[in-house]
Amino acid sequence: MTVTVKTFANASEAAGALSSDRSALYLGGGTLVMRALNEGDVSISTIVRAQDQALTRVDASGPRVTLGAGVTFARVLAERDLAFLHAPARSIGGPAVRNMGTVGGNLFAPNPYGDFTVALLALDATVAVQGGLSARDIPIEEFLQSRERQAGALVLSVSCTRPAGTEAFRYRKIARIKPKGGAVITLAAHLPISGGRIAGARIALGSMAPTQIRARAAERALEGRSLDAATIAAAASAAVEGTSPSDNALGSAWYRREIVGVHLRRLLSGQE
Amino acid sequence: MSKIPLQFRHNGRDVAIFVDGGTNLLVALRELIGDMTPKFGCGQGGCGTCSVLIDGELHLSCLTLAETVAGRSVETLDGMKQGPNLHPLQRAFADNFAAQCGYCTPGMLMAAKALLDRNPSPSRADVIEAISGNICRCTGYEPIINAILAAAGGRASA
Repeated sequence: MTVTVKTFANASEAAGALSSDRSALYLGGGTLVMRALNEGDVSISTIVRAQDQALTRVDASGPRVTLGAGVTFARVLAERDLAFLHAPARSIGGPAVRNMGTVGGNLFAPNPYGDFTVALLALDATVAVQGGLSARDIPIEEFLQSRERQAGALVLSVSCTRPAGTEAFRYRKIARIKPKGGAVITLAAHLPISGGRIAGARIALGSMAPTQIRARAAERALEGRSLDAATIAAAASAAVEGTSPSDNALGSAWYRREIVGVHLRRLLSGQE
Repeated sequence: MSKIPLQFRHNGRDVAIFVDGGTNLLVALRELIGDMTPKFGCGQGGCGTCSVLIDGELHLSCLTLAETVAGRSVETLDGMKQGPNLHPLQRAFADNFAAQCGYCTPGMLMAAKALLDRNPSPSRADVIEAISGNICRCTGYEPIINAILAAAGGRASA
């Protein structure tokens, strides 16, 4: 099967090509689009690429961190200033996949993938998207809800605020194969503490719905409280609320509903 | 549809080929250059047997659009031996019975080379991590891990 590959020097030209041909797909690291081509997806007729250095830029020096959409997980792991993102980056693939897969592509990775996006959702990231005419910043939650309608736009970067400390941001991926494997479920928690109490808790779950979602009931159970055993138990028992997991080869929907609270409790308790 | 001209370095030699749009690097290597050492396994990035080094970095050739390696250096298992002599990793794989059917071996060796090129004295955990993207279904991982450690400095044997 032959497809047309359009390569552009800068991201805005690539975004223009995507907006003028809604069936075109953007090729980042290749782990999603090339895989679809290898599987014989005949709907792919045009691939768009950009060789724009801006897409691989990392700005991690200040409190606000920005990662170009083309930044690979290996690059994230090589940046000492991005230590808070090392656990999610390390949980993805083997070394070759981490050398190829990108932060931007992960936003589109279907279950049981998309682990890095779970971390970004907990961190309330912003996604910078370039349409045909203009660029805009979209909260990641809104981006994920409209992910299927994002054809015609190009993700330029994601940004988030650095968590206050190692205790404030936690991540856990449950996989059957270690150290590499698709997720049974993925959890991330951002727990800013103000005056000894949690203020602005965000819990994100992967593989518990068609896209990554927030566990809002668990967040409510944490909000304004100290992270003690009773609070953790309340959050854990609320974790399943609002989820709609599916069956796949790695686990059934029933199993996912059963374990999500268990793993949220372990995550919040700091257990291995 | 016109073909796309593509030039890159393949195991230290300049090569020039024409590829169809959408051709992956594995197909380009095997069918257009005749280097049969990288294997087709899953086509999904799950097995690692198509692994090659692109500018020294481990990549999956089946998920690499061929034209993205223009002007870059691609190393495969075919370029690993040193003249008539096996590379120390190949020697260690043979000595440690680290290849049974051999289908995963090209990818295992490239993943091992990527590791030893940047970390000549890896720990056992480093080795396990380095080959975590490569699936073996018959030899078993222990002989492979031992071979890589042996090549790194004779610290382990079968």
